[in-house]
Amino acid sequence: MMASSYNAKDEDGHLPGSVGSGGPGAVKSKKPDNTAFKQQRLPAWQPILTAGTVLPAFFMIGLIFIPIGIGLLVTSNNIKEFEIDYTGVDMSSPCFSCSQNYSWNSTSACTCSVPFTLDQPFESNVFMYYGLSNFYQNHRRYVKSRDDSQLNGDKSSLLNPSKECEPYRTSDKKSIAPCGAIANSLFNDTLELFYNHPNGSKITIHLEKTGIAWWTDKHVKFRNPGGNNNNLSSVFRDTSKPVNWHKPVYELDPSDPDNNGFVNEDFIVWMRTAALPTFRKLYRIIQKKKDNMTPTLPPGNYSLEVTYNYPVRSFDGRKRMILSTISWMGGKNPFLGIAYITVGSVCFFLGVVLLIIHHKYGNRNNSADIPN
Amino acid sequence: MTWTNPLTLLRHGWTRHWNPDRPVRTVVSNLPFEDLKKREQPNRRYEGNAIRTNKYRLWSFIPMNLFEQFHRMANIYFVGLAILNFVPVVNAFQPEVALIPICIILALTAVKDGWEDFRRYQTDQQLNNTPCFIFSRKQMCFVERRWKDVRVGDFVRVLSNEIIPADILLLHTSDPNGVCHMETANLDGETSLKQRKVVPGFSSLGEPFQPQTFDSTVVCENPNNNLNLFKGYVERPDKRRTGFGIDSLLLRGCMVRNTDDAAGIVVYAGHETKSMLNNSGPRYKRSKIERKMNTDVLFCVVLLFFMCLIGALGHAIWLETFSSMPSYIVPDSNGNYTPSVLAGFYMFFTMIILLQVMIPVSLYVSIELVKMGQIFFITQDVELYDEELDRRVQCRALNITEDLGQIQYVFSDKTGTLTENKMVFRRCSVMGTEYCHEENVVVPDRKLILEVDRQMASIQTGPYLDFFLALAICNTVLVSSVTAQRQRVRVNVADLAGAERVGDVLRALTHSTKTRGGETLADPFSIDEDESDGFHSSDVSDAAGQKVISSERKVKSGLSGSEEVCYEAHSPDEAALIHAAKAYGFTMMERTPHYVTVKLPDEALLKFEVLDILTFDSTRRRMSIIVRHPHTKEIIMYTKGADSAIMERLGNVFSVKSEAKQTAVKTQRDLDMYARNGLRTLCFAKKVISEQEFRAWSAVRQEALSAIEEKEERLMETANFIESSFTLLGATGIEDRLQESVPETIQALRRAGMQVWVLTGDKPETAINIAYSCKLLEHEDLVFTFISVILQSLCKMRLEDTLGELRRSMLPPGADHQFRGYSSAFTGPLMEPSIGLVIDGPTLSMAMSDELVEQFVELCKHCRAVLCCRVTPLQKSAVVKLIRQKLRVMTLAVGDGANDVNMIQAADVGIGVSGQEGMQAVMASDFAITRFKHLQRLLLVHGHWCYSRLANMVIYFFYKNVAYVNLLFWYQFFCGFSATAMIDYWLMIFFNLFFTSAPPIMFGIMEKEVSDSTLLSLPELYKRGQHSEGYRRSTFWIAILDAFYQSLVCFFIPYWTYNGSDIGIFAFGTPMNTVSLFTIILHLAIEIKSWTAVHWVIMIGSVLVYFIVTLAYSAICISCNPPSDPYWIMHKQMADPMFYLVCILTTVVALLPRTFFTEILLLWSEKERSANGSKLYTG
Repeated sequence: MMASSYNAKDEDGHLPGSVGSGGPGAVKSKKPDNTAFKQQRLPAWQPILTAGTVLPAFFMIGLIFIPIGIGLLVTSNNIKEFEIDYTGVDMSSPCFSCSQNYSWNSTSACTCSVPFTLDQPFESNVFMYYGLSNFYQNHRRYVKSRDDSQLNGDKSSLLNPSKECEPYRTSDKKSIAPCGAIANSLFNDTLELFYNHPNGSKITIHLEKTGIAWWTDKHVKFRNPGGNNNNLSSVFRDTSKPVNWHKPVYELDPSDPDNNGFVNEDFIVWMRTAALPTFRKLYRIIQKKKDNMTPTLPPGNYSLEVTYNYPVRSFDGRKRMILSTISWMGGKNPFLGIAYITVGSVCFFLGVVLLIIHHKYGNRNNSADIPN
Repeated sequence: MTWTNPLTLLRHGWTRHWNPDRPVRTVVSNLPFEDLKKREQPNRRYEGNAIRTNKYRLWSFIPMNLFEQFHRMANIYFVGLAILNFVPVVNAFQPEVALIPICIILALTAVKDGWEDFRRYQTDQQLNNTPCFIFSRKQMCFVERRWKDVRVGDFVRVLSNEIIPADILLLHTSDPNGVCHMETANLDGETSLKQRKVVPGFSSLGEPFQPQTFDSTVVCENPNNNLNLFKGYVERPDKRRTGFGIDSLLLRGCMVRNTDDAAGIVVYAGHETKSMLNNSGPRYKRSKIERKMNTDVLFCVVLLFFMCLIGALGHAIWLETFSSMPSYIVPDSNGNYTPSVLAGFYMFFTMIILLQVMIPVSLYVSIELVKMGQIFFITQDVELYDEELDRRVQCRALNITEDLGQIQYVFSDKTGTLTENKMVFRRCSVMGTEYCHEENVVVPDRKLILEVDRQMASIQTGPYLDFFLALAICNTVLVSSVTAQRQRVRVNVADLAGAERVGDVLRALTHSTKTRGGETLADPFSIDEDESDGFHSSDVSDAAGQKVISSERKVKSGLSGSEEVCYEAHSPDEAALIHAAKAYGFTMMERTPHYVTVKLPDEALLKFEVLDILTFDSTRRRMSIIVRHPHTKEIIMYTKGADSAIMERLGNVFSVKSEAKQTAVKTQRDLDMYARNGLRTLCFAKKVISEQEFRAWSAVRQEALSAIEEKEERLMETANFIESSFTLLGATGIEDRLQESVPETIQALRRAGMQVWVLTGDKPETAINIAYSCKLLEHEDLVFTFISVILQSLCKMRLEDTLGELRRSMLPPGADHQFRGYSSAFTGPLMEPSIGLVIDGPTLSMAMSDELVEQFVELCKHCRAVLCCRVTPLQKSAVVKLIRQKLRVMTLAVGDGANDVNMIQAADVGIGVSGQEGMQAVMASDFAITRFKHLQRLLLVHGHWCYSRLANMVIYFFYKNVAYVNLLFWYQFFCGFSATAMIDYWLMIFFNLFFTSAPPIMFGIMEKEVSDSTLLSLPELYKRGQHSEGYRRSTFWIAILDAFYQSLVCFFIPYWTYNGSDIGIFAFGTPMNTVSLFTIILHLAIEIKSWTAVHWVIMIGSVLVYFIVTLAYSAICISCNPPSDPYWIMHKQMADPMFYLVCILTTVVALLPRTFFTEILLLWSEKERSANGSKLYTG
């Protein structure tokens, strides 16, 4: 008598479709490695956003943000800032006539004097800015209209500037240096500040014109062609000045060879295009007095002497002069302080709301359920 | 390789032009034309055997690859933008810089494609240069040539264990019986040997093959990709025709086994061979999320359009406000200003370039990466690994992982899918007497043995002998001795298989003895497979147990000796039957095309001459073998088949009180009992055919065999003709045990909200029984049965009745229902009485006719479980398609056999179970598993994970791009809509490419919202994916709204901080870029539910990379990227305390609402859960 059993088929596990089957004879188990990674069992931290974890976070944010906001607001309020619009739109404005007559093409300079009064003393270094509004230095084609390698002192770019500079690339068959629309529209008003001493004398306030550009811009990004060549006029011999300029680039500051040509700081500051249509740019620095006893700018009457060159009427622009002290947070800016305080309070409030929901509403429901 | 070279296509078109489509291909021997030029060759129009699957040649690589790549919409979009950038009036960036991303993408893809193609080229070369033997007339022998030299009409010889170079019509083998075995593993993965036989009349025994004398013409069908169908005939010079079929064709790529050498004439070569025509690359399916996502991409396009329109209008209006042009508006090179309307028009396109990232092109790449990662983790899952088969889960479709999480309907096969498909011969009924057997191992029944012995001793014939002879020979099982197995290359594998067999016996032994001991076994695999235990318990059991041990020893010894026969059966049923016959002493020793040898219990050998075999098919549902008895010389037909297929064709049953009728009635009763017990039933019958009758029939049969047209139909007719007026011998009942944890899996799937359907070819009684035992149907269920409804009108009536009844019972939800609903709200739609439907094939086809289909679908919608029995493969796929289209649901089909292939392909997700029945289902599937229970983990865990991961990632991607792009958009309101970007272009590219790409991809691969144990214990969680809750339109819009809010915050807080100050453009953009990085990363951090080390590394790494890259870039780039001047900006900013204050404030404000609402929702859901939880405990 016999009994029998069988296995219906030999399965040797060889599948043509399967990946990485070992060669014939290599009987290697295909069992996946039992590692935490491959089995998706890596130790995991599960941040369960429960009331226990999130509520303290809300309160913490509130508690941290409100003091920061107060600190920012106090700092901002301690900064002294004075601003005066000298565009001359009003008939009464001293610069009215200049603003009416002036265009890029006029050759004769127009000057006007704007008086103002400072009520409070300005301590330590005072920064003098000019401000423009409605001036879209961030227009795409405008931003592009420059040649950085020319400004970096590249000789070939000097004579053959980038196409991006069109139509301010050449004039009279000579290449323009510096080329492009940004350079062409360089702010060219001259601002001078006088202190009208109560005794009647008019004291010129010394305005420092270096140290206003970024150090890296002045020493790395912008360079005159030919290095530290004192004879800039010969370097720029074969170039022509931008059409709107009154003097060539090597005459921007003839008094200081380190501040002339492409490394002129006023020029560098202008070339760093502003992000928003209302902006200010650093113009001069008023160093604090050596003796440390008298404030840099004592309260009193001042006058701003403007050589009015820059036309803004075509785009309804405004020109301002700003005097400001600065702190660690830069210029006066109440927004950030207020924002911190607001957000801190909102977080606190939301925390309270959550707390109420959690404790009252949640608990009631639970207690209603338990007796079931 | 679906790719065809355009040149090849052209050539095909050309040859077709010359050779108008003829339905057949005529092949003659090349030998008489051996030295002629190509133009004079008779077979010149057929393709040579050299193959080329690489797409490109060296000279055509770049243009063709580019052409290929531009078929992708995303690339066209990219290139369009890059080209747009070259138009001076609209360009937004440096045109050369704008080309970089697209160039990188194209180049990377090209390198990848080129490498893959080179690999293909190498394999082709290797194949083409493989040596083979071609007959040469000059040398009058087979000479060694290369595969590429083989032409249609050549004579090729293949030796044992060699791969067949082309499709060859077998004309000669070394085997005296004219057969040749081949292994088709390379083609369909099946390792069982297939038998091929020489075209009748060409096998001259013992003689060497002489191709030069071959003067016939081979006529066969044109090349096609059907591996199982081939027909044609050989026409001799005297117009005599001999038909042949697929069983005479050696297929390219297969390996010759067990045969020393085989030779034949090449009929198809190269790309025209069946294996090459079958070789279609990986399947591409588009998942549901992807379809949905594409509409959302369209929303983004619309959004982009509107934003660009705003930009264009804004620019035009802004220009209109100037009376004369201010100095910051740059004229063109001639000094002219563009009219404002035209400038606005140009600006529209510039804006498209600026805001291009709005369309998340990188999303597609990321999704592919994520799916690769998901597949990696699925295949790595050790829980889905089958120790026994040494097989992991296979992912064959690469892009529908998340569909696994959205399945609503599961269609399952029964045999082999729900059950083991390891058939065990349990019961038989011979001549109306019923005999029962033990479980698992065939231990002969003593009474039956006595009966057999009696007949053996007395008359040498009788129904009992006939019954076992039928069991032994009426099949297609091949015999291969163990020594033959040893010849196969993978010797150790064969050893392994043998060892496994021993293990099987042991396991079976343990099992049987334990059951006998009266213990109930819930899970046979939980038994410790301890050998000593098995022997020990068998010692105390009865004699039958001892026999088992002896047999087990015999198997062991058989492995070392050579006496043991080894059966290669195509279906487990056949194997079960032949082993049962063997257990009773009827051992089939050998099978050749012409003879079957059976060893009788008295060790005598009976050698039957096989006159014909009518193979099994699903319409006849029976097979027959016609043999001549060696002693009586009678022509006998043994038939086995489904009970209905036999019972209705019995002879002389209608005479009232005959013994035959008695037998039939008794057998039918036994059959019904078998079916109720869930056994698979088969009937056996015999018929003695007279010599004349057979001769007449044989002539018709031959004619049908050589027919080319309507061959199948004619063969069927002849078979039906001869298979009638049987004498019933008996019936068998084969048990197919349920696989482990099938009821649990079905219950889990159902709790997960899936409707489970079982479609089976089995008879209703068996199917219903299995359905109850696997908990598909439960005893308290309301089951509607639609079986053998003959008339369509009747069917319609019953459908309407049932529907009416259903509606009545559901419309007024009585107090009783409400109470039930309350107590079981947690377990889903138990509100309705659970309804089951049982329907059989013929009724199903009626119900699916146009007239009734609506009502049928309506009924199906209410059914919790549907059981379709006696359905054909075609009906299976029709049902799947019907439900998929009418109900618009996600369907999944799971099956293991060739009859499930249609269904698997019709469903959204096809799953193949690689079990006992070959690999066809696996080959057609998207995912292949080894056990049905794996479905639970695959769907509930991996499906859920993949779905929620991908859905969240896609949403996040949309959010990310919109949030970032909107920063640029808000800036347009402050730069005169001139399309200025305040962020350096390189940093913008990097932002998407490096800084924020890794976290979402990691999120898509590794996020674990819910742990697998929770998912498995609470299948209800799956419903989230089913109802597409992870990715809804509302989710999309909420994400977009949040993106708008966050971008507003990220823009305006820095704006108000810096407004009026002396800040430069890019210094203004730097904090914004940083803030959006923080916001985008932290936004994801809120979404991530579980943090592993990988998460931390990638999240912190991304931030670090941002700072390092930005710092390095702004330290190096002095004038490298002209319009922007990043030089030292980042350093300046990072030295400024304001920068940090702005970053912190903005990030907090941007994320505040999301955190708050997430928290509120969490509180709410927690409350829900605790409420539900308490209900669960109390209720």
